[in-house]
Amino acid sequence: MVQCLEREGVEYIFGLSGGAAMPIFDALVDSKIRLILTRHEQGATHMADGYARATGRPGVVLVTSGPGATNTVTGLLTALMDSVPVIVICGQVIAPNLGTDAFQEADVTGITYPVVKHSYLVKNAPDIPQIVREAFYLATTGRPGPVVIDVPKDLSQGPCEAPFTDEVDLPGYKIPLRGDPAAIEEAAGYLMKSRRPVLYVGHGAVISGAGKAIMSLAEKLRAPIVNTLLGKGATDETHPLHLGMLGMHGTAYANKAVTDCDLILAIGARWDDRVTGKVETFCSDAVKIHVDIDPAEFNKVIHPDVCIEGDARLVVEDLIPQVDVLDTAEWLERCNKWRKQYPLKYPKQGGLRAQHVLDRLNAITRGEAIVVADVGQHQMWAAQFCKTRANRHWLTTGGAGTMGYGFPAAIGAKFGQPDKKVWAVVGDGGFQMTQAELATAQVHDLAVKCLVVNNNYLGMVRQWQELFFNNRLSGVDLEGNPDFVKLARAYGLKALRIRRPADIDRILTEAHEYDEGPVLVVAEVVKGDNVFPMIPGGASIADMLIEPPKGKLEKPVGSA
Amino acid sequence: MEALPITQPAHTISLFVNNKPGVLSRVAMTFARRAFNIESLVVSPAVEGRYSRMTIAASGSVETLEQVVKQLAKLVDVVHAIDHTGEDAHETEIALVKLECALDQRTQILQIAEHYKAKVVDYGTDSLILQVYGGSEKIDAFIGLLRPFGITELVRSGKLLMARGRQIT
Repeated sequence: MVQCLEREGVEYIFGLSGGAAMPIFDALVDSKIRLILTRHEQGATHMADGYARATGRPGVVLVTSGPGATNTVTGLLTALMDSVPVIVICGQVIAPNLGTDAFQEADVTGITYPVVKHSYLVKNAPDIPQIVREAFYLATTGRPGPVVIDVPKDLSQGPCEAPFTDEVDLPGYKIPLRGDPAAIEEAAGYLMKSRRPVLYVGHGAVISGAGKAIMSLAEKLRAPIVNTLLGKGATDETHPLHLGMLGMHGTAYANKAVTDCDLILAIGARWDDRVTGKVETFCSDAVKIHVDIDPAEFNKVIHPDVCIEGDARLVVEDLIPQVDVLDTAEWLERCNKWRKQYPLKYPKQGGLRAQHVLDRLNAITRGEAIVVADVGQHQMWAAQFCKTRANRHWLTTGGAGTMGYGFPAAIGAKFGQPDKKVWAVVGDGGFQMTQAELATAQVHDLAVKCLVVNNNYLGMVRQWQELFFNNRLSGVDLEGNPDFVKLARAYGLKALRIRRPADIDRILTEAHEYDEGPVLVVAEVVKGDNVFPMIPGGASIADMLIEPPKGKLEKPVGSA
Repeated sequence: MEALPITQPAHTISLFVNNKPGVLSRVAMTFARRAFNIESLVVSPAVEGRYSRMTIAASGSVETLEQVVKQLAKLVDVVHAIDHTGEDAHETEIALVKLECALDQRTQILQIAEHYKAKVVDYGTDSLILQVYGGSEKIDAFIGLLRPFGITELVRSGKLLMARGRQIT
């Protein structure tokens, strides 16, 4: 098993040992693969996820049976929702004991069916080389995703004489590459008739490395770009044609552009409900073109005029020669007017604001660091203010919205990209779910940086309760938070605190330049701040709240 | 006992899948996730032993079904998934019907059976088992006619389907 992993070029395995996985852990002693012992299996899975997103190479997890394996389920869901290549290898009870309620037995393939791209329960040791090869192939090709390999202990410790293989035997698995020329021609035809086009760029563009091609297309057409939360970094968000993120907490100018466009070209984006709001009114008059590697995304939410099945980069490259410059001067002027009229803003007085801290983080890192966000208000502010300039420099949990993702994912990213500065941006709620990984960072002297935006609340839910539930706060007050500086120091980390706006630059710079080990920065921000702009769940983009509302709001109809 | 309700327009989907453990679970979960009810499901080995055939009858909106078929096709173990609804394909089904049957009713029942080319496969003193095959509508009609006589047990094979000519199933 371990030799198969070496053949796949695995550098790191993130994991936590246990009885049923002992033979594999034993084999790692003699392997050049580095084992990163985590403090929780969820942390291991997010680390592998962060490693994979930062490098484009698959992240590998090794855990034991039963609870070890079930603790990876959240990480699997996170990876599945965001199409991340993660391989989870689980020890399993010995094959004769399968189905007998043996100690630490769980039906892991059964439990994980809905959260994997594919999974294997090894039945014969000689199948292991073939299964490992297929697992890596499946995880990394087409629309990437997590794969589980469940290995009974008697099979991982028994002899295996089977030869290594480079062949896969997957008759039901097809990988779309180039798009259908007729569909591309049709799309080009629509583009050439457009006067108000928008390129809507998603995670598929990041995964396929389509950014350069998309930039060429945008410059050739003179079309503005918006990206999804996960599409950040595919193209440079500071480019003059870039309007930033669209959707529920996107920039007002991106959302206004999407509302008024006459053509929207989705590139590796899936019309998520956080993006479209009310589907019936989303771009209802615009021509819609959808480029996706997964045909199951076509006609799922939106019925596009043209669907092109293929790899985002290849399709865009084929599209470029078929289009010409468009007369978009007036349109770009309108977009820029909105950009000036509705900038992202925040008050710099009245206490420390998360936005201010993140705005300065963006300045101090010059947008060159890998920023890894958790989920919640801090994530949306980070998405708004940390302008991502390069591919795989913005990692966050989008589809699943997993609290506890950010810090371990940043650890994984730092292992994968040791020469880059890596900043985790997390909230006080999410951080506490996986904070035990402070030990993992510390024992490896890993120079990962963690900014805890502490408002002593589960802030996003509190915001919704304030706006839509008459400020009846329920289950959001995180009283009893530890002193995060003391906590980090207890683990042996360097830890700093920002209390006042005047501290921001000094502390962030100190942390940014500290490379001897992990550093934690706690920003003690105002408690009751809200994220704007905001489109209430299920509402039309036109109903966007650019600033805090004056009156009472109806409860949103869409999902929270 | 109630007969299977086949009142909604049923779709028939055929799947060509790897003959591996867990495939049926993955397929069933794809339906369950969208609260799509499977009305019948037949699994059988294909010509090559490494593959199996699944023929699934399910009812629901066309749009949901399109999504389900795409999600099925996406499963790594599914080689292909085809919705044969409205296509020219041969469909058939087999049913076994057990009736409590007094002597004075036998002639009538046997007349119905003869009309439907059903075969008596068990001739008991006070019960009969009839075996009938044909399209699902024919079997529905057959069961409808027998119902007044007191059906005690009913087993249907589920729909079987094969595309005609050179089309693949």
